Amino acid sequence: MLRLHYNLERVSMGLVAAIIVAASIGGLVEIAPLFTIDETVEIPADLRPHTPLELAGREIYIREGCYACHSQMIRSLADEIDRYGPYSLASESAYDHPMLWGSKRTGPDLARVGEKYSDAWHVAHLVNPRAVVPASIMPAYPWLAATPLDTASLSAQMATLARLGVPYSPERIANAAEDARSQARPDSAGAAGVAQRYGERVALRPFGGDPARLTEMDAVVAYLQSLGRLTTAAHDAP
Amino acid sequence: MPTSEKYNDHIVRLFLLAAAVWGIVGMSIGVLAAAQLAWPALNFETSWLTFSRIRANHTFGVIFAFGGSALMGTCYYVVQRTGHTRLAFPRLATFTFWGWQLALFLAMATMPFGITQSKEYAEPEWFIDLIIAVVWVSFGVVFFGTLARRRIRHIYVANWYYGAFIIAVGLLHIVNNLALPVSLTKSYPIYSGVVDAMVQWWYGHNAVAFFLTAGFLGMLYYFLPVRSGRPIWSYRLSIVSFWGIVFFYIWVGSHHLHYTALPYWVQTLGMTFSVMLLVPSWASAGNAIATLNGAWHKVRDDATLRFMFVAAVFYGLSTFEGSFLAIRPVNSLSHYTDWTVGHVHSGTLGWVAMIIFGAIYTLVPQLSGRETMASPRAIEWHFWLSVAGTLIYVVAMWNAGITQGLMWRTYGADGSLTYSFLESVMAMAPYYLLRTIGGALFLTGAVICAFNVRATMLAAPAGAGATDRPLVPQAAE
Repeated sequence: MLRLHYNLERVSMGLVAAIIVAASIGGLVEIAPLFTIDETVEIPADLRPHTPLELAGREIYIREGCYACHSQMIRSLADEIDRYGPYSLASESAYDHPMLWGSKRTGPDLARVGEKYSDAWHVAHLVNPRAVVPASIMPAYPWLAATPLDTASLSAQMATLARLGVPYSPERIANAAEDARSQARPDSAGAAGVAQRYGERVALRPFGGDPARLTEMDAVVAYLQSLGRLTTAAHDAP
Repeated sequence: MPTSEKYNDHIVRLFLLAAAVWGIVGMSIGVLAAAQLAWPALNFETSWLTFSRIRANHTFGVIFAFGGSALMGTCYYVVQRTGHTRLAFPRLATFTFWGWQLALFLAMATMPFGITQSKEYAEPEWFIDLIIAVVWVSFGVVFFGTLARRRIRHIYVANWYYGAFIIAVGLLHIVNNLALPVSLTKSYPIYSGVVDAMVQWWYGHNAVAFFLTAGFLGMLYYFLPVRSGRPIWSYRLSIVSFWGIVFFYIWVGSHHLHYTALPYWVQTLGMTFSVMLLVPSWASAGNAIATLNGAWHKVRDDATLRFMFVAAVFYGLSTFEGSFLAIRPVNSLSHYTDWTVGHVHSGTLGWVAMIIFGAIYTLVPQLSGRETMASPRAIEWHFWLSVAGTLIYVVAMWNAGITQGLMWRTYGADGSLTYSFLESVMAMAPYYLLRTIGGALFLTGAVICAFNVRATMLAAPAGAGATDRPLVPQAAE
């Protein structure tokens, strides 16, 4: 063995080849089988992708770095189930590019935060967390309520996600901007279209509080209220 | 041997200078981020100064800007010295410096504005990833090109590690960042859900393995023997530990996903290999410490060598802790808590930064044509500030993490959870304060280091600071 190595370390390309082989095996064994996950993880029949407004909120959640302190992955441990709800299933993030499971809970898990708090609570909390939770150490995000939501790029984003396998039909893509506006304006003409394209269970309301203005706050709150509510599969799991 | 040939030391100096500056930038952001968790008012309600946005600036800044610049600089130094040859492709080598600095600058300038992929330790968007990929391949061409023209038949062990670092990081970077762009500042990774999580932590933990471990072991294997004047204790042990690290590490990323929706067998493999990894890790740490046998008086007297000794000790401690935390039931307590943060900093402050400082204090005088650094006393100050800062930080985060983990899972007699999440946040206050103090001490040391480096380079004898050393056979090998 030692002699073999003695010779190996005189041939740089031999060393390179040996490193590539040794460093590839683990990744191949663990990752390659996961690409067949479509066959092992059943996509629930009622799983829907995010609506355009929720998707816009998700982009803002990523932009602001919320995932640095909030996980979206309830582990299969008794205390987590008691605190946050049923443990997270693989299928629940099947359409998430990227996944936002997170790795640190400086704040609580958000995988099932949807509809646990009112819209008004979320708005007040995001504008100034200490106004609602005096001991909170979360930063304030007051600019969300002040910034109009950019809906122009939603179609392009959804088209890209569709190429990666997220079920955004051409009809959903074409109506992205309109659907984003209508979801926050339940009495508008387009509201029926949102329900028709994304299902009756989709919440239609002025999430940010003001139906006259569509802001980033509407999108973020719509996204937060959708968390854990894209399918009921986890509640039915054993 | 042609006597007119000279080493390319200019590129090494550039990288070391960049490392000293980026170290201060990355650590300053870290101290600010730590302070924001203690006093939320320090977010200033300003989007680009907010904790959640600048956290990635801290991690990317210290790992890739500070650590990366130090790794590339020392790698170029070591491969020339151990091969008795000048660096291959000098223009490409210069390109790797400016290209790397450009990528770092773009990454650091875009992340505070929310331009991020959100993948941990791979936050920069796709156009920056492309620049990084080009620079990295060029780095590999220069390194292996230089190795190919070496005059010493045997490839010294430090170069095995630098080589593995370059190959594996290139592979990890490309696979993890495969994405479909929507616009210049927005892309979607091709992976989703559970596959994305596995790829992310395969990358994330191997960034630790090959960036923060293999590369720095290369540094250790060269600078520790040179500074102590002792040969590596065991050649056989270095072979065993090298191949153990290269082979085992790649399996362990899934220990970040215990009890999640990742298939159970993948979690189990990750845990098993994490525990096995302790063998080559401790073989490396033990080999380094045993190398100091016969040179302990130097460890006592020479703060530079003491930096390297402490680095080896923290390497041993962190790798033990890492294997321990990867065990499923332990992980159920520690995951998502500040224990992980403490573990990472025991490795990055105690091991990575300390070995960098040891290498800087060894190289800078030599590259400036001087016997010693401008102020040897300042090195002592720096050393004790670093040790104190690291210990305060790590002990605070251990306490924080274990407290959180226990509070989250405590049940009352009536079978309900005893503590609200908020109570666990409130319990963190003293630890977050201590962490800020520990980080500030460490940062102070890094600032002292940068001034000392500057003074040493400026005090170089006329011309010595700007010229390359002539090629002379060295003791290594």
